[in-house]
Amino acid sequence: MQKELLEYTLRLGDNALILGQRLGEWCGYGPVLEQDIALSNIALDQLGQARMLMQYAARLKGEEYTEDKMAFFRDVTEYHNVLMLELPNDHWGFTIMRQFLFDTFNYYQYTQLLQSQDDHIKSVAQKAIKEITYHAQWSAEWVIRLGDGTEESHQKMQTALDELWQWTGEMLTPDAVDEKMREAGIGADLNKVKEEWQQKVAEILEIATLKKPEDDWMQEGGKQGEHSEHLGYILAEMQHLPRMYPEAEW
Amino acid sequence: MSKNKDNWKIWEVFIRSRNGLSHKHVGSLHAPDAEVALKNARDVYTRRSEGISIWVVPSEAITASSPDEKEPLFTPADDKVYRHPTFYDIPDEVGHM
Amino acid sequence: MTTEMNLEQKFQDYVDAENKIEPKDWMPDRYRKTLIRQISQHAHSEVVGMLPEANWITRAPSLRRKVALLAKVQDEAGHGLYLYSAAETLGADRQDMVEDLLSGKAKYSSIFNYPTPTWADIGAIGWLVDGAAIANQVMLCRTSYGPYSRAMVRICKEESFHQRQGYEIMMTLARGTEKQKQMAQEALNRWWWPSLMMFGPTDDESPNSAQSMKWKIKRKSNDQLRQEFIDKTVPQAEFLGLQVPDPDLKWNEERGHYNFGTIDWEEFYNVINGNGKCNKQRMDARNKAHDEGEWVREAANAYALKEQKRKEQVAA
Repeated sequence: MQKELLEYTLRLGDNALILGQRLGEWCGYGPVLEQDIALSNIALDQLGQARMLMQYAARLKGEEYTEDKMAFFRDVTEYHNVLMLELPNDHWGFTIMRQFLFDTFNYYQYTQLLQSQDDHIKSVAQKAIKEITYHAQWSAEWVIRLGDGTEESHQKMQTALDELWQWTGEMLTPDAVDEKMREAGIGADLNKVKEEWQQKVAEILEIATLKKPEDDWMQEGGKQGEHSEHLGYILAEMQHLPRMYPEAEW
Repeated sequence: MSKNKDNWKIWEVFIRSRNGLSHKHVGSLHAPDAEVALKNARDVYTRRSEGISIWVVPSEAITASSPDEKEPLFTPADDKVYRHPTFYDIPDEVGHM
Repeated sequence: MTTEMNLEQKFQDYVDAENKIEPKDWMPDRYRKTLIRQISQHAHSEVVGMLPEANWITRAPSLRRKVALLAKVQDEAGHGLYLYSAAETLGADRQDMVEDLLSGKAKYSSIFNYPTPTWADIGAIGWLVDGAAIANQVMLCRTSYGPYSRAMVRICKEESFHQRQGYEIMMTLARGTEKQKQMAQEALNRWWWPSLMMFGPTDDESPNSAQSMKWKIKRKSNDQLRQEFIDKTVPQAEFLGLQVPDPDLKWNEERGHYNFGTIDWEEFYNVINGNGKCNKQRMDARNKAHDEGEWVREAANAYALKEQKRKEQVAA
């Protein structure tokens, strides 16, 4: 049970950290100052959530662990984020589409976590839900604008959606850890999240004049630590300094 | 209006910092429409949770008084355009906004 | 002609009486032009200035440092935005200003053409570059143009954590391992002189300064600000146990100021003229962001137009 709780906490925390890391890459390079600032806000929220969850994971793991030890001294197979979040940012529209698909999932997931029997996860959810609600509105608004904008933007968003679709199954499909956490009243019921997600995503895509792809092969493995090639580079970049000087404080 | 297709129009942003006080002009930003302008205003002007209510107004919709033609230079009190901070009655103890 | 002269004199009297000039007030054409140039350069500097620090967001060595740095770089985007807004009250168009930056026509602070090879550079930038910028900005809170002054008040308030963030990084490094201390010293060596150059040429080489001072756009001269910065910063370096890379640096009891060595103005002009390590990299990055963002900006306008038409149809 303790083992599952740790893994579940890391799944939540790694999603927040890896997405925050990816969004951080945009800072200074957005299409216009206002949007640069908006996306950095979301990155900051994600990293803030990541910190709370890493602190909790460190606590679960034992005295010698800290949030930074959890973030900087785990290797690829010990990370539990979903694969979609480690994909490279690609163009702005791709980043926004991924954000929308994930934020919508995250919104329904965290809405359930407000009722978690685990006090730590519950308190993270209470803080995070306000942020995530805003993220989900923001990214949906932008999917609509870019989907129903120009011919070019429509094409770009449709292609991004088609490419991203195969990466969405993983977050919506429970495995043994998810099931155990749900049964314990700690984790979210992903089947319920999936229903709500499908409905909301269909609704927004229609307004955005985008065509929902057919469900086909879905990628999975991130939650269990089986990652794509991208995560190794993210970690190499993120972790290099603490690993080069493991005895140093920063 | 914008001369280029990718130039967003300007909006003036007003923020009310807490109940009972008037909205105060805080600056401007660019946005394609009102909804985005509101969200941008939140992201740009309330990064330190400065406000609880935001107004956005297209700059072009604001009519400002002109200084008197004969006295082009400032007969002070008569020149309260919206940019003048004292236009909004906010007690000193609230601090700078 | 006489009217114009009268106006200029009245304007000067008004400024001399410490009044703020507001957007719709009459102002000399040169006052307007000087302001647009200065404010837009200042805005460009904030935006280009994001890049050397953004270089370390994904590599910050702790989560706490990562969020602090990201928040700081994001603030700089905000400050760029406030400043463009202030320039827009004078009738300048943001897109035109940005295009002048991208084409190389407009200048930005040369300091951002220096690279940030190590983490200690992030500390040094916060401490020294932001320190120098703040000295200038505190002065500009009292500038005679209202919207510029108000933007500066806002910026100064937000900047207060920036320098502390940088100094704290330096402090941690200076008290850390030998290697970290060395990292901190090397960063100080790299950023000390460029920071002093940020205040611009010496007063006798700065022909436009006098007029700007007269109009109270500037309230202190370059040399004055530079001296204040040095006097304030040297004790901070001593506290860190780091060596300021100037053998001529010495407290002058009589003047009540530090004496300091000669600034290498050749390097200054060399970097301004495009020969810094990162001039091209910075401009390429800005151009790329702008070009690749065009479809996004266009799409949002196209959507807004469609929505407007849809609403009109419903109404009709």
